[in-house]
Amino acid sequence: MRNTFRLPDTGRIDRGKPVSFRFNGTQHTGFVGDTLASALLANGVHLVGRSFKYHRPRGFLSAGAEEPNALVTVTRGAGRTTPNLPATMIELYEGLEAHSQNHWPSLSFDVGAVNDLLHPLFAAGFYYKTFMWPRSFWDKVYEPFIRQAAGLGKSPTQRDPDIYTSRHAFCDVLIVGAGAAGIAAALAAAKTGAQVILADEQAKPGGTMLKEHPARIDGAPSDTWLHTSLATLREAENVTVLERTCAFGVYHENFIGLRQALTDHQADLPPDQPRERLWKVRAKAVVLAQGAIERPMSFSGNDRPGVMLAGAARTYLNGHGVCVGHRPVIVTSNDTAWQSAFDLAGAGMSVSAIVDVRDTVAKGLVARADRAGIAVFTGSQVLGTSGRLRVSSITISSPKHAGQKKIACDSVLMSAGWTPSLHLWSQASGAIAWDDALQAYVPDGGLDGVFVAGAGSGKFGLAEALVSGWRAGAHAVASAGFELTAQAPAFKVRGEAISSPATPALTHPQGRAFVDFQNDVTTKDIRLAVQEGFRSVEHIKRYTTTGMATDQGKTSNINALATSASALGVAPHEAGLTKFRPPYTPITFGTLAALRRDETFQPVRKTPIDPWAEDKGAVFEPVSLWRRARYFPKAHETMHQAVARECRSVREGVGMFDASTLGKIEVVGPDAAEFLNRLYVNAWTTLKPGRCKYGVLLGEDGFIRDDGVIARIAEDRFHVTTTTGGAARVLTMMEDYRQTEWPDLKVWLTSTTEQWAVIAVNGPNAKRLIEPFIEGIDLSDETFRHMSYAEGTIAGVELRLFRVSFTGERGYEINVPASEGLRIWDMLHAAGADHGLVVYGTETMHVLRAEKGYIIVGQDTDGTVTPQDAGLAWAIGKKKPDFVGKRSLTRPDMLLPDRPQLVGLLTADAGKVLEEGAQVVSDWSATARPLGHVTSSYWSEALGRSIALALVAGGHDAMDTEVTVVAGRDMASATITGTVFYDPKGERINA
Amino acid sequence: MIQIHCPYCCELLPEQEFAYAGEAHIVRPEDPGALSDEAWRDYLFLRTNARGPYHERWRHVHGCSRFFNALRDTVSDRILVTYRMGEAPPAPPSEEGGDA
Repeated sequence: MRNTFRLPDTGRIDRGKPVSFRFNGTQHTGFVGDTLASALLANGVHLVGRSFKYHRPRGFLSAGAEEPNALVTVTRGAGRTTPNLPATMIELYEGLEAHSQNHWPSLSFDVGAVNDLLHPLFAAGFYYKTFMWPRSFWDKVYEPFIRQAAGLGKSPTQRDPDIYTSRHAFCDVLIVGAGAAGIAAALAAAKTGAQVILADEQAKPGGTMLKEHPARIDGAPSDTWLHTSLATLREAENVTVLERTCAFGVYHENFIGLRQALTDHQADLPPDQPRERLWKVRAKAVVLAQGAIERPMSFSGNDRPGVMLAGAARTYLNGHGVCVGHRPVIVTSNDTAWQSAFDLAGAGMSVSAIVDVRDTVAKGLVARADRAGIAVFTGSQVLGTSGRLRVSSITISSPKHAGQKKIACDSVLMSAGWTPSLHLWSQASGAIAWDDALQAYVPDGGLDGVFVAGAGSGKFGLAEALVSGWRAGAHAVASAGFELTAQAPAFKVRGEAISSPATPALTHPQGRAFVDFQNDVTTKDIRLAVQEGFRSVEHIKRYTTTGMATDQGKTSNINALATSASALGVAPHEAGLTKFRPPYTPITFGTLAALRRDETFQPVRKTPIDPWAEDKGAVFEPVSLWRRARYFPKAHETMHQAVARECRSVREGVGMFDASTLGKIEVVGPDAAEFLNRLYVNAWTTLKPGRCKYGVLLGEDGFIRDDGVIARIAEDRFHVTTTTGGAARVLTMMEDYRQTEWPDLKVWLTSTTEQWAVIAVNGPNAKRLIEPFIEGIDLSDETFRHMSYAEGTIAGVELRLFRVSFTGERGYEINVPASEGLRIWDMLHAAGADHGLVVYGTETMHVLRAEKGYIIVGQDTDGTVTPQDAGLAWAIGKKKPDFVGKRSLTRPDMLLPDRPQLVGLLTADAGKVLEEGAQVVSDWSATARPLGHVTSSYWSEALGRSIALALVAGGHDAMDTEVTVVAGRDMASATITGTVFYDPKGERINA
Repeated sequence: MIQIHCPYCCELLPEQEFAYAGEAHIVRPEDPGALSDEAWRDYLFLRTNARGPYHERWRHVHGCSRFFNALRDTVSDRILVTYRMGEAPPAPPSEEGGDA
């Protein structure tokens, strides 16, 4: 077929530029300016998809973004597969390759269509009713079945090779929709010099003007007016015109998301160009000129291919020069569809009939129909249609013919009125009111900085659009602080299309008429939902899924509302309208992610020593935003082997560990000690300079928030360390108290986490390894004993040296300026061979600290653990009258004997390493009591057996009790012990 | 994304720069040890959770780092006014004057 349905001399396509494309493998031809929909219709193709639930044959319902049926998959090379695109919005380009969806084995013969015969099974709520019993079928039978059946298109499986981008923009007036109203608004606003953005989702601005016969505006053809106006706007430096740009969401205070399609319409994809751009626009004022969407009529068989919206047929005719059928029947409840009949008849089609549900219609319309030789049936209802893959006849009730009448046709063009597009207005929290004449909701009242114009405000027709558009533009620009002195043009319109959509109350046939075409929801489903007790439209929506498909119910919401209201026996406005939510049309994840993907998805923090670890083949793990070396495997070593070796070497010789990620905060000022005294549980005022202490920080609720060693480096200066993940949180908490509770304290806080590289050196040979390089510090145990702090130099570099241990071995933490970290690390590493040096990672660090019962906040605590629970009561300064969280420690619940308390667990089978998170229960019997869970669990190389820490109810008073530890089907018995497994006397600190 | 006027930077800035920090004007008791369990519980956990204008704390965390107070209408989700720490809270606007 070669454009059999293309008419000469009509439409706004570029006939000089033919374009070939393929649909389901068949080659077709169209023209530049076509959509995939118009080009397929020009070739007589109506059947383009199968419906979601019943696999009914479907064609095009609309000609725009509201399309629920004609969803196709477009493929253009590896990774470039986009499912569920409305064919009505796909611009034709040379070589376009599209496929229909949701059928097997073929579009014209689809086995799934058996669902249509079984439709009583698939009524509203069928998932909930059908997939209940037996329980064992839930994950084995039902879920795989539902997953297989669900969804329309298939997700692409390959990596998306395209790039996406985003930008911010600020403007005085943003206008959504570049139809007559939007353009008039832009002309008004632009005259003041205000910054204006005019965005339209279509390839060409113009809106309805491109879909109707040209009218005359102030004496000039509307196409000329459009051309001139757009040229004026494009030339203006203060105006940005964005085509193919959909405003998908309105957020707080006129923050609007726009999605701009950049390359999808191009035959040859330009290299290195983004496919889509996300605009994040903050506008002082917004004009919504989105127009209106036509509603389908509800009648049995209203979804057959060839049945479409009357306005859509007019768009294909006047916009693309395509007639959707040679023998159309018009079915309507308002005047606008009559225009479709006249336009089609004028183009030479044989319009079989106009069927109007109204008893009386304006005489002028009937006379015009008579002149065009079109039969008119008023006061008629549609009883049904026939035709398997394409509508072939329609049956109506006809008072004139005393009963039924069957009319042969090849298309049915319907209109049940027009629904103003309130999506963005509603998202902006604008109020709405029911308009009985339109049988639709319209904006009600005003909204700060948001103005509505044209059909979207319930004002239909070209003249109304121009006038209300100019007015909205003037109001918007005034609210943005500009004065419009220019007079509005006269906007004298002649020869405009029939535009009054006044509609009588919607009818509700008893049959099975489709309401939501995309989710296959019928009038029957909605009536059933009401019958089953659903009353709120929000509930009816969720139960039937009406309006919940990718088209967001653009064509179905009002029909669903009318059906619900009629079933509930209330007026539509009493039933209410469901809330509109972004996005207006589906947008890609690519657009939202924009440049934030792969290595720019989330910044990775790396320590100064990270390059060394990478070079040595370390296995890394993420710890908050940091990446840390987890272990350093030698050739063919498993993690278990590597960690066992690292643990052994630290305890026997010496180990080096990159601890640079430790959070560090410098607390300075005359009141620094008092400040820490008030925050941490410990006593700080008595700590001498040159000493450090393990600090515990609580929230006011008494639960452990963080811990870390704090050194007093001078009377008025502390070096506070925090957990790696807690650094920012602790600083925030400190700032909160400093700024808001104790602003009188003279103290200053500085984050120094990234200023210092930290090398932890642990093991019996630690001192021997570092001593030769250190100057200015006497490392003898008499002067520099455990928990000491001193400043000096190491290899000539500024040094803050801590004598601390997180392993139980003799330990030093070398803090040097970050820029010197790698050099000092290299130097110590080179010297290590003589001392049995090993470099170890976080996994070994975890094992070594667990052997000593040192907790990790956030692993062994979970935000409900007090110092007493964790066995840290010894850290609390007993003489302090107050500190953050102290009062909470004596609340009744904190003193209960059966609180979860941190204990050790030793498994009966020494080789059994428990699962972290495993449940601890009293025994394995019907009366078993849950006691808690395992928080840390490792193989201890030093002990030659497994060890674990656990939070166990009343654990501190339950030493040597046997418990059962359960993880899934895995069960083990274990004995409760203290938390210090290795060197309980702490002698190795000085070994 | 709402916009927030930082009373220290004196600029209207996007919400992304700020962090919410709970209800405002809840003063830590002078001597918590003197409080009954109930009084301490109320200080810890009981919040107004107002529908309408609500005094709350925000922090310009990606800016000057200062904590400040705001009066936000929880219905319209608009910040009506912001003010510095230590300044007296402005009275909520009357029903008619509200920005809801």
